[in-house]
Amino acid sequence: MQIELRQISKRFGRFEALKGIDLTVASGTIHGIVGENGAGKSTLMKILTGYLGRSAGHILLDGREVACDSPASAAREGIGMLYQEPQDFPPLTVLDNFIVGRDGPGDANRARQRRRLRELADRVHFHLDPDAPLQQLTVGERQQLEFLRLLGREARVLILDEPTTGISDRQKGLLFEALRRIRDDGRTILLVSHKLEDVEALCDRVTVLRQGRVSGEESAPFHLPRLLQLMFEAPEGTAPPAAVPTRSRRHRPGEPILRFDRVSAPGERTGLHHCSLTIHRGEVVGLAGLSGSGQGLFLRLAAALIDAREGEVRFHGRRLGSDDHRAFRRSGGSFLPADRLEEGLIPGFTIQDHFALADGIPARRARQRARQAIERFDIRGRPDTPAEALSGGNQQRLLLSLIPEQADLILLENPSRGLDVASAEWVWGHLRGQYAQRGAIVFSSAELDEILAIADRVLVFHEGRVVRDLSGDAIDYHQVAAAMTGH
Amino acid sequence: MKPVLRPAIDGLLILVLVFLFTSALLLLVDTSPVEAYGHLLRGSFGSWSKFSRVLNVWVPLTLCSMGLLYAFRAGLWNIGVEGQMVLGAIGATAVLNGGLGSDTPLLWLGLALLAGMLLGALWALLAGWLKVWGGVHEIFTGLGLNFVAVGLVLWLIFGPWKRPGIASMSGTQPFPRELWFPTLEGWRVSPFAIGLALLVVLLSLWLLQRSRFGLELKAVGQNPRAVPLYGLSPVRYMLIAITLSGALAGLAGTLQVSGVYHRLIPAISSGYGYLGLLVVMLANFRLLPIPFIALFFAALNVGSIQLPMMMQLDSSLSGVIQGACVLSALLVFGLRRLQRRSP
Repeated sequence: MQIELRQISKRFGRFEALKGIDLTVASGTIHGIVGENGAGKSTLMKILTGYLGRSAGHILLDGREVACDSPASAAREGIGMLYQEPQDFPPLTVLDNFIVGRDGPGDANRARQRRRLRELADRVHFHLDPDAPLQQLTVGERQQLEFLRLLGREARVLILDEPTTGISDRQKGLLFEALRRIRDDGRTILLVSHKLEDVEALCDRVTVLRQGRVSGEESAPFHLPRLLQLMFEAPEGTAPPAAVPTRSRRHRPGEPILRFDRVSAPGERTGLHHCSLTIHRGEVVGLAGLSGSGQGLFLRLAAALIDAREGEVRFHGRRLGSDDHRAFRRSGGSFLPADRLEEGLIPGFTIQDHFALADGIPARRARQRARQAIERFDIRGRPDTPAEALSGGNQQRLLLSLIPEQADLILLENPSRGLDVASAEWVWGHLRGQYAQRGAIVFSSAELDEILAIADRVLVFHEGRVVRDLSGDAIDYHQVAAAMTGH
Repeated sequence: MKPVLRPAIDGLLILVLVFLFTSALLLLVDTSPVEAYGHLLRGSFGSWSKFSRVLNVWVPLTLCSMGLLYAFRAGLWNIGVEGQMVLGAIGATAVLNGGLGSDTPLLWLGLALLAGMLLGALWALLAGWLKVWGGVHEIFTGLGLNFVAVGLVLWLIFGPWKRPGIASMSGTQPFPRELWFPTLEGWRVSPFAIGLALLVVLLSLWLLQRSRFGLELKAVGQNPRAVPLYGLSPVRYMLIAITLSGALAGLAGTLQVSGVYHRLIPAISSGYGYLGLLVVMLANFRLLPIPFIALFFAALNVGSIQLPMMMQLDSSLSGVIQGACVLSALLVFGLRRLQRRSP
C-alpha cells in the first residue's frame, strides 16, 4: 500500500512540532524515518496511527484520502505499529495474546488461531511456544509476538519504532529477515530509528526530519556523511554541541562522597543484597547489568527515595533516613529517573512552572530562568510549553537544566534512553564538564557500549549483587559482559 | 476562535443544553416551562428577602466548594465534605452551649468558628491519615465518615443535647439571639458570613493561583510520583489539602448553626457538600467560576421552594436542573477534548 502524507502539521499550544510534512512511501518498500530527538518522528507516526490528531494536512492510502483520526480507524485501514515497549498482556499466554482483541467470526476458535499463529511464525522463521506465559519471554520474543499479531491482522502498513532496542543480535537478525520477507509480500514498512546501521541494513529509502520539517530524502545505497549532515547540520548561528571529553582512565579518586555499608533492600526483580562500596569525588561510575538487576534500587537508595531494610547509606558522612530525598537534595545530590514523564516531570506544568517548582522562585524569575535554560541547554520549546509536549530528548535536557549548579553527586538512570547520538553526546559533554571534577556521577545504562565509553569505574550488577568493581584499565568488555550474565 | 471566548461559548452551550433538556421534561409532564422558570426567577431574585435567602445558601455552598477545590488540586476526592460540615456544626453547637448566658457572646461566637473549623479539619484529617497510612481510598473513608457523622448528630440531638422535655427531629433548643451571628434589620443572612465567604474566595485565589504553595499543591495532584524529586513530600501536601478542605467545610457547618438555623438539626449540612462537588465539576475544577456557579445553584435551590405551592410541581426541579448542568458540562468539556485531539 502506498502512503502519502500531505502538509501534515501539528501544534501543541504555541509549539509547532510538525511544520508541513510531505512524505510519500512507495508500496512494498522499507522506508526509514530518521532524525535527532525532537525532530518530530514520534509525533508523525502517532498521527499516522491515529493516536494524535493532526492540526492540518491529509493522509492518502493508495491515492484515497483517509481519516486516520483514531487508532481503531487507522487499524481498519491496515496500519499497524510495533512499539518500542511491547503493548501486550504479560499475565496471559502467547496464544491468548495473539487472540486478544480479535472479534471476527471464528476468531475465538483456539485451535484455528493456534494453527494460524504457527503458520505465520513459520513464514518468518520465529519460534514461539503458544502456551508459554508471556512473563517468561524476553523482550525480543514479545516483540516477535506483536509482529505476528500485526501480520495476523492483515496489517498492510507496519510502523516500527526503534525495533532493535533491547533485543539480542540473533533476534535482530531474525527480525530483519522477517521484515524483508514481508516487504517482498508487498507490505509497506516504516522504520523509525536512531540507529543508522539498522537503516543502512534494511531500508530502500530514507526520509530525514529536522525540527519538524523534512530536511532531505535519500535512496539506498546511502551515503552516511550525507545522512548525518541532513540530520544534524546546525542552522547558522548556533554553536556545535560540546565534544565529549575522552575518558582519562587514570582516575585518582578524591574524598568519599557516598558510602553503602552492607545495604539490602527489596524491590525490582531481584532486590539488592549486602551492597558495600564507596563512591569518591571525581569518579564517573557506570552501573552495568541486565535491566532490573538492582541498579535502579541502588540509585533510589542512594537518593534516599526508598528505605534500606538493612545496612546504612551515608551521603557526605551523614546517614540518610527514610524518605529523606529532601535532605539529599539539600546536601548536593540530584537524581534523574529513566521514566522522565512518569517520575521526573509534572504533566500539565510548563518549562517555566518546573523552574518555579524546583527553585521555589516566583513566576517572573522562573520565566527568566526558563529562557536561559532553553538557550543554554538548547531545549526545543518555549517557557510556556508543557512538559508532555516536549520530545524525550528535550525532556531530558529540561531535567538536566533543573539540576542545581552546585550539585556534587549526580545519579542518573539510563540517561541516554531514547536519545540520538548527538543528544547523548551533548548530555555527556555537559555532565562531565559541569560535575565530573567537582563531584561524582553515577549512572546506569542499558547500553554496555555507553558505560564502557563513559565510565572510569564500572560496577557490574547481577541478581541484585555487585559482582565486579572495576576501575581504569581493568575495565574490559568481555569481563563485564560475562559478569552481567553471571559468569 | 479566540481562546478567551471559549469558556464563555462553552458556558452558553451548556445553558442552552440544560434549557432544552429541562423544558422538554416540563412539557412532558404538561407544565409550562415559561411559568416554571418565571417562578424560579421570582422565587430567588424577586425581593431582597428572597435574595438574602439565596445568599444564605450561597455562603456554605461556596465554602464547601472552595474546600473541595483544595482537595482536588492535590488529586484527592474529598467526598467527606458532608461529614466534615456536620462535625463543624457539632463543634460550634458545643461551644455555643457553653456560652449560654455569658456576658461576652461575641467571644463565644468567635470560639464557635474556631471549634467548627477545627473539628471539620480533624474529621478530614482522619480520612487523610487513613489514606496515607492505611492505604484506604479517600472516597471510601469519606463516605463512611459521613454516615458516622450523621449518626453522631442524631445521637446528640436525641441524647445529650435533647430539648428539655422531648427530643425531636426539629433539633436542639434554639440559641438565644445574642448567640446568633450578628445581622442587620430585614436581612436573613449575616453580612459577616458573606464577608467570610468572600474572604475565603480571595485568600484561595491568592493561595492557589499565585503562591508557591498553590503551585506545589498542583504538582502533587498532577504527579505525586515525581514531586519527591523536587524535595516535596506528597503525603504532607495531601494532608494539608484535605485538612484545609475540612476546615472550610467545618466553617460552613458552623455558619449553618450560628447564622441560619440557630440550633443543631439532623440535616444541618443540607446536602451542600455533595452539591459542592457538582459546583466544582461544573466549574471544570477552576476557582473563579465557583462563586458564580454557587450563586446560580443557590438561586435554584431557593427559587424552587415555591414551585409546589404555585404549580403543584415538586421542588426537586432545582436538582434536575443542577444535575443537567453538570452532565451537559461534562459533555461539552469531553467534546472539547476530542476536538483538541483531532483536526
